[in-house]
Amino acid sequence: MTVPIPTTPTGASSGAPAEHPPSSPAGRGMFGVAGSGDTSGFGGLERRRPTALDTPRPYGEGFDEVVDALEAAYPAFDEAIERVVVDRGELTLHIRPEHIVEVCQALRDDEALRYELCSSVSGVDYLGQPDGRRLHAVYELTSMTYRRRVRLEVAVAADEPHIPSVTRVYPTADWQEREAYDMFGIVFDGHPNLTRILMPDDWEGFPQRKDYPLGGVPVEYKGVEIPPPDQRRSYQ
Amino acid sequence: MTSYAESRETTEGKVFTVTGGDWDEVIAGHDPVSEERIVVNLGPQHPSTHGVLRLILELEGESVTETRVVVGYLHTGIEKNLEYRNWTQGTTFVTRMDYLAPMFNEAAYCLGVEKLLGIGVPERATTIRVIMMELNRIASHLVWLATTGLELGALSMMLYGFREREMILDIFELASGLRMNHAYIRPGGLAQDLPDAAVAKTREFLELMPGKLKEYENLLSGQPIWMKRTKGVAVLDVTGCLALGVTGPVLRSAGLGWDLRKTMPYCGYETYEFDVPVRESADVWGRYEVRLDEMRESLKIVEQALDRLAPGPVMVEDRKIAWPAQLALGVDGLGNSLEHVAKIMGQSMEALIHHFKLVTEGFRVPPGQVYVGIEAPRGELGAHVVSDGGTRPYRVHYRDPSFVNLQALPAISEGGLLADVIAGGASLDPVMGGCDR
Repeated sequence: MTVPIPTTPTGASSGAPAEHPPSSPAGRGMFGVAGSGDTSGFGGLERRRPTALDTPRPYGEGFDEVVDALEAAYPAFDEAIERVVVDRGELTLHIRPEHIVEVCQALRDDEALRYELCSSVSGVDYLGQPDGRRLHAVYELTSMTYRRRVRLEVAVAADEPHIPSVTRVYPTADWQEREAYDMFGIVFDGHPNLTRILMPDDWEGFPQRKDYPLGGVPVEYKGVEIPPPDQRRSYQ
Repeated sequence: MTSYAESRETTEGKVFTVTGGDWDEVIAGHDPVSEERIVVNLGPQHPSTHGVLRLILELEGESVTETRVVVGYLHTGIEKNLEYRNWTQGTTFVTRMDYLAPMFNEAAYCLGVEKLLGIGVPERATTIRVIMMELNRIASHLVWLATTGLELGALSMMLYGFREREMILDIFELASGLRMNHAYIRPGGLAQDLPDAAVAKTREFLELMPGKLKEYENLLSGQPIWMKRTKGVAVLDVTGCLALGVTGPVLRSAGLGWDLRKTMPYCGYETYEFDVPVRESADVWGRYEVRLDEMRESLKIVEQALDRLAPGPVMVEDRKIAWPAQLALGVDGLGNSLEHVAKIMGQSMEALIHHFKLVTEGFRVPPGQVYVGIEAPRGELGAHVVSDGGTRPYRVHYRDPSFVNLQALPAISEGGLLADVIAGGASLDPVMGGCDR
């Protein structure tokens, strides 16, 4: 089994990370297309890096109110917030790792914010990110009082994957942070019991990272050998 | 006399290895004054753990002093697998997560993909989705009632629950061809239209079910054993629920009427008339009552949805997203309709290319990320879907209510009796397929 090499993909000129592993050695897909990568000829979709977005004010949809309230409740706002993204009716705040706990605390306790429930914590591996901070922890907070959601995103590098644990603010993040550690190797400092949760304790590697192969064996069916899913031809 | 419970001396005292059926011997070799601690391993292969859940319980007499929950035995890497299939194939994977609520898994995923695509689905498709989800909620609650009845000694309930669930599975089979793992809800709509036979069968079910619910209530609600096993057992108040992220019937049994169908509506739930059942007792009894009432409310929603079901398409008009052929039943099973095959093989080269592209390559989804939360039978089911602009999901994460709710098991069982661990664990309604994914 070959482990895909973590390089910037060359298939589409904008190089979206999910093109790992490249479906051909040249990384150009079956049709050898450069440019938009839209080999289908329809759709006309342009690829772009989702993380390069930065929404200017006004955000609309009531999000200005949320950001203003956070700015008022959390004095170190400018230091802590890297970027604010509003996309598809959802608000995402990109937070510097060292500030995540205080931001969560402010979001939970401030009267104008009241994000009482931490719905979800998950990880995403944006392999090939130019600044090297490929591992993202994504927190979905829900305000039951105001019936709205906000997403917090924290990016760290794979060789220094430390994020302070928010379990002190949201005890429910316990298992979810363990899952993110298990799958992505993000180390949540201050977590009461950061061990593997879904994979066996002695498992090596972090399965959900993009440079971790899916695995699988070829299967013979009616005399034809079908390769495992990650080695089948794919389109870009 | 043979010893069934082997013991060995350790630095912390005598440790017994219990293999079952030898409880008397353990007690006989046990000095209740100086060595009061017993550690019991429950599961992962134990009928009352709802699948492969493992509990490690520290006991003092009959009281539980510490509970540790071990999960992961059913981890199958569904989220990783999704990244290697196209967007339409994804629904075939997610349906296998929480196997008692497959329609919810599919709906959360499809709503996420549709939000990323920025498309809406036809009215009829949304209405059928609602029907399917609510029927599924009843089926899931019936399994909960059946298995919890079994665990607490009401054996007949188990047979009745599964008997009525069978009717719902028949409806699902009529609609999708499958009793479970339907992959019926697809990005952009549904795999195929709801046949008239399924509508008739659903009407029949609506007639029958209220009487059956009354029957269950007559069987359980006044029964002294049932009340003793559930009232005041495994209490978790609203503060505890929110801190531990517990949602769904458990949260509503504690007095907070938080139901995403009402508070953050999706699929047009704001247009249906139904109540959110709430109790104040915060115990197993409250959860039982909430679930029974929820089944009644679901019946109301299904009835309203059936009434407004108007003919129309069940897939988006956009031919760049919709599957190129309507499915039709042939002698060898379900497949592309013969008219479509005749068209692509004999008449239109463009249609053939289009079909080939869409089926082999799939459609592209503009980059970005969304989170969609829906009210599943066990609480908030969230799908965090990330696209990089390609034909396959970049990352899909499921916030499964079973996974999050199970964290509350130590909080509701520690300090209680060993027997109440079973009642309390069952009242959280964990499904390990969803928990471990």
